[in-house]
Amino acid sequence: MIKVTDLHKSFGDNEVLTGITTDIDAQEVVCVIGPSGSGKSTFLRCLNRLEDITSGEVVIDGVNIADPKTNINKVRQDVGMVFQHFNLFPHKSVLENVTLAPLKVKHETKEEARSHSLDLLGKVGLSDKADDYPSSLSGGQKQRVAIARSLSMNPKIMLFDEPTSALDPELVGDVLAVMKDLANEGMTMVVVTHEMGFAKEVGDRVFFMDEGKMVEEGTPEQVFEQTSHERTKSFLSKIL
Amino acid sequence: MNLNPEAFVDIIPYLVTGLWYTLIITLVGVALGCVLGTIFGLMRLSKNGFIKAIASIYVEVLRGTPLLAQIFFFHFGIPNLLGFNLDALVSAIVVIAINSGAYIAEIVRGGVQSVDQGQIEAGRSLGLNSRQTMRYIIWPQALKIMIPPFGNQFIISLKDTSLLSSIAVAELMYQAQTYSSITFDAFEAYFMVCLFYLMITIPASLLLRYTERRLERS
Repeated sequence: MIKVTDLHKSFGDNEVLTGITTDIDAQEVVCVIGPSGSGKSTFLRCLNRLEDITSGEVVIDGVNIADPKTNINKVRQDVGMVFQHFNLFPHKSVLENVTLAPLKVKHETKEEARSHSLDLLGKVGLSDKADDYPSSLSGGQKQRVAIARSLSMNPKIMLFDEPTSALDPELVGDVLAVMKDLANEGMTMVVVTHEMGFAKEVGDRVFFMDEGKMVEEGTPEQVFEQTSHERTKSFLSKIL
Repeated sequence: MNLNPEAFVDIIPYLVTGLWYTLIITLVGVALGCVLGTIFGLMRLSKNGFIKAIASIYVEVLRGTPLLAQIFFFHFGIPNLLGFNLDALVSAIVVIAINSGAYIAEIVRGGVQSVDQGQIEAGRSLGLNSRQTMRYIIWPQALKIMIPPFGNQFIISLKDTSLLSSIAVAELMYQAQTYSSITFDAFEAYFMVCLFYLMITIPASLLLRYTERRLERS
């Protein structure tokens, strides 16, 4: 589903990703962990070209998005993204946040978009908030709306960029539960996270990144319990 | 002391005429200024260096020269060069439009730039193209940010129209000057003209403050 080959990303002289190569299968849930500044968010943002790709290839469902001729808007319809700071549209109601892209990009009718969006809001447990504005929601609720918004385009892949890092601890559980449901339904997911419990329980594979490199990738057991990499060991010892 | 109380009343019909001119010039001028400001403000945000440069030159030239010089240049300078005459009212509206447009362009640029970058990313990641993201996500939020500075600019432009008395446009200031030069009641004339300006600017700034408070709450 996602095939990354020798991905490099530089900001000016600063090389943030120094040659990442990996494959992610359909329906796989990959959790990306690593210290801050390791390039994990940048890696994620290269997967829908929110960051321009300096060199290498990122192939999403057969389409190389590193190619400037690729219609990136088309690809992004299939790749949902959830942000650390939610980025809900403050001038639109919860329902309008979710229906915007189906209406404007897919040209669904109002009825189609509305009923589909209400289903999605039900799925994230927020049917009763449809007419509220984002400013009246808690962080956990905002993030669940953001997930529903991304799902409104029926994506094949969902990218999560530290989706729970900006939340109060007691609100993290609701968001992780929604993500877990999504994983169980077979969504292909790439999750940059500090939630090691989620990575162990839900992740099919864990990427450990440091200094722009993929230090290791493996099943949660391999990375969390049987790693032979010193860098992984010292990182895990600090956070677990 | 040399005070003529009757003059305070006598001048009113002249100032009412002047008020209409002032309002028409301001409203039409600033409305056109909004169009220019939006176009040039968005051009200043363009990634294309040439487009950006044109807009920057417009903004810097208009903001870097006095309005009085602009009025004379447009009303006397250009017609003299090209050999035609311009109606003073037309010159007045055009100059206010071009001048306020430069300031509004900066308001537009600032408004768009102050919308959180994350909003663009959220829109683009949903598959909206840059035009749709601008139209449905950035612009509505920028507009809200732009309202208070735009209100200020409206008040500034309204007061700026007084300089148009120099090209004999029959606006408020010109009416006061004319009255004063005929009757020599200078104190009464200029006192009353200030009062007339305040009659518009005070309600306008109260309305502006009220709008700002409402915007803050929403």
